[in-house]
Amino acid sequence: MELLRLATAGSVDDGKSTLIGRLLYDSKSIFEDQLEAVERTSRDQGAEYTNLALLTDGLRAEREQGITIDVAYRYFATPKRKFIIADTPGHIQYTRNMVTGASTANLTMILVDARNGVIEQSRRHAFLSSLLRVPHVVMLVNKMDLVDYDEAAYQKVADDFRAFAAKLDIPDLTIIPISALQGDNVVHRSENMPWYEGSSLLHHLENIHIGSDQNLIDVRFPVQYVIRPQSDAFHDYRGYAGTVSGGTIKVGDEVMVQPSGLTSRVVGIDLFGEELQEAHPPMSVSVRLADDLDISRGDMLCRPHNHPHATQDLDAMVVWMQQGTRIQEGNRYIIKHTTRTAKTIVKDLQYRLDINDLHRDEKTTSLGLNEIGRLTLRITQPLFVDEYRRNRQTGSFILIDEASGATVAAGMVVDTDV
Amino acid sequence: MSSIDYQLSQLDLLEAESIHIMREVAAEFERPGLLFSGGKDSIVMLRLAEKAFWPAKIPFPLMHVDTGHNFDEVIDFRDRRVNELGARLIVASVEDAIAEGLVVDPTGPRASRNSIQTVPLLKGIIDNKFDAVFGGARRDEEKARAKERVFSFRDEFGQWDPKAQRPELWSLYNGRHRQGEHIRIFPLSNWTELDIWQYIQREELELPSIYYAHRRPVFWRDNMLMAVTDVTPADEGAEVFETEVRYRTVGDMTCTAAVESDADTLDKIIEDVAASRITERGATRADDRASEAAMEDRKREGYF
Repeated sequence: MELLRLATAGSVDDGKSTLIGRLLYDSKSIFEDQLEAVERTSRDQGAEYTNLALLTDGLRAEREQGITIDVAYRYFATPKRKFIIADTPGHIQYTRNMVTGASTANLTMILVDARNGVIEQSRRHAFLSSLLRVPHVVMLVNKMDLVDYDEAAYQKVADDFRAFAAKLDIPDLTIIPISALQGDNVVHRSENMPWYEGSSLLHHLENIHIGSDQNLIDVRFPVQYVIRPQSDAFHDYRGYAGTVSGGTIKVGDEVMVQPSGLTSRVVGIDLFGEELQEAHPPMSVSVRLADDLDISRGDMLCRPHNHPHATQDLDAMVVWMQQGTRIQEGNRYIIKHTTRTAKTIVKDLQYRLDINDLHRDEKTTSLGLNEIGRLTLRITQPLFVDEYRRNRQTGSFILIDEASGATVAAGMVVDTDV
Repeated sequence: MSSIDYQLSQLDLLEAESIHIMREVAAEFERPGLLFSGGKDSIVMLRLAEKAFWPAKIPFPLMHVDTGHNFDEVIDFRDRRVNELGARLIVASVEDAIAEGLVVDPTGPRASRNSIQTVPLLKGIIDNKFDAVFGGARRDEEKARAKERVFSFRDEFGQWDPKAQRPELWSLYNGRHRQGEHIRIFPLSNWTELDIWQYIQREELELPSIYYAHRRPVFWRDNMLMAVTDVTPADEGAEVFETEVRYRTVGDMTCTAAVESDADTLDKIIEDVAASRITERGATRADDRASEAAMEDRKREGYF
């Protein structure tokens, strides 16, 4: 069975909870004891209907304040696929949480109220999906029951959204008219909208092709850990353990090691005693080479004529994630990229990007919580990077505050030729 | 895995993610330890650790917080498995903590040592200078756990602060901490109960026998089936009867209930789990019934 990771985001009244509740309920992924607990709490809070948001708003503060603090992960499965939903709230922490959820997603679901059309929030959702290079986007025109299942109403919203999406980088966009409340086009095709010829949401989620979401061309293998058993049975064993981050590695392939530039040949790919002929993303394996080279954590295996850019200067889009502090020129951080950790200094803040109208504010001197900007970083040692649009693993990094240890920013490499 | 299809199955994907997490920890921390209870989740976690470092041995010790009220079958299994692996097992004992006066043994008709486990757990972490501790918790288990990170920061008192968690992006995990603080690591975060069972079947993992249907004397307490044991004698007035049961979770005897089931093979258990309409903790754990936020409150104090 395949696994699909999806991210959703939205505010309380766009029907997101209802939609997720319906997906979970119709796939029998809500359990009786969970539903009973939610019904009981809803009643205790004086609500007239069962508040499905309570299913995962499990923290005390969330229950007391009726808000969602954080990314919640929910799991459901159909006979065809297993799904992980990263469900992010719509309030002020929204950008930070949606970026987190989208970073690992194959697909994002954007909900729009058919009566209100494409609003600022829908544009933000679309922009962040594009910034994080989520391969598939599904835009749901919800509450179709409230516009009498009118095709023209749907068409207007869909056209508006397509016009905006055309300015972004969204590889695969699908638009579906639904009513989460009534169940139209959620699990089954709706009889109320015969003019809609596409599939239901669930059918789409079950069948969308995700096999090519990974980069299968450029071989990238960041060395995570060196396995040396020092036992009699495996006296000379030396395996380079890691997760394939791009391309397919085959036994017999010639590989190059960064930073040394030395080359060797793959003689074995191991997984717990099983000898594989090849490995592809995101498999975790152990690679043996023909030659005894000096390779350690943080090194990169790639191909002699196809390797990432080794650079100490990065040009990147950065999302600031910490409350109460700002990032500006001259600030120093720890940078974590694949299996390398180094120190970095902000050389230049080029602009702040307004995610509502995509305007570039070049006068800005710092970025605060949930702000996004493009900056240049200087790093203490070379990192082996690809542009994020080519590879989400070798093109991404996080910044860590040295004093507190907090993760303060997420970064995506824009250009490797600084 | 065919060579043409580059899409991994859900079990292979989850396995790859967990192995990645374990190797990150082995590479970045000084002294990791793995919590091993002999329960199904920690059995899966142990197999993943074997895979992550093969052909080398697992490069960290195992630790079991033993309440002294565990099922004999589970303790036997634990010791046998540890021997097979040639691993080192540290037992953080609740009995010892009671003897040393660190905690008071709860008394009364429904006394359970479940909540006082946190004390020997944290003491074990400090005594062994663990800076990373692997736990088998899953996000689908419980709503407080649904919001916890894979790398979960604990302060010098072992406390979890759910409102001040570090954002966790891509597969970049942040394990920064100061002396005395530690990180709890949850490599099974994205696994569901069904994934665990399917993996146990695929990997042909041995389990303590109480996971399979067997006959034993039981009684009803708060709609849960409790085994009659030395530490859980039948409540006054409760009818004791013998029936076929199995355990969905394995914890301290005083707070773990059985479910009626005739599932005596993995196939039947998987069928059972797939058809179940009640979560495993809802069905069998008295410790989560205390309040709406029972798990969160225990976790804040340093619980698993």
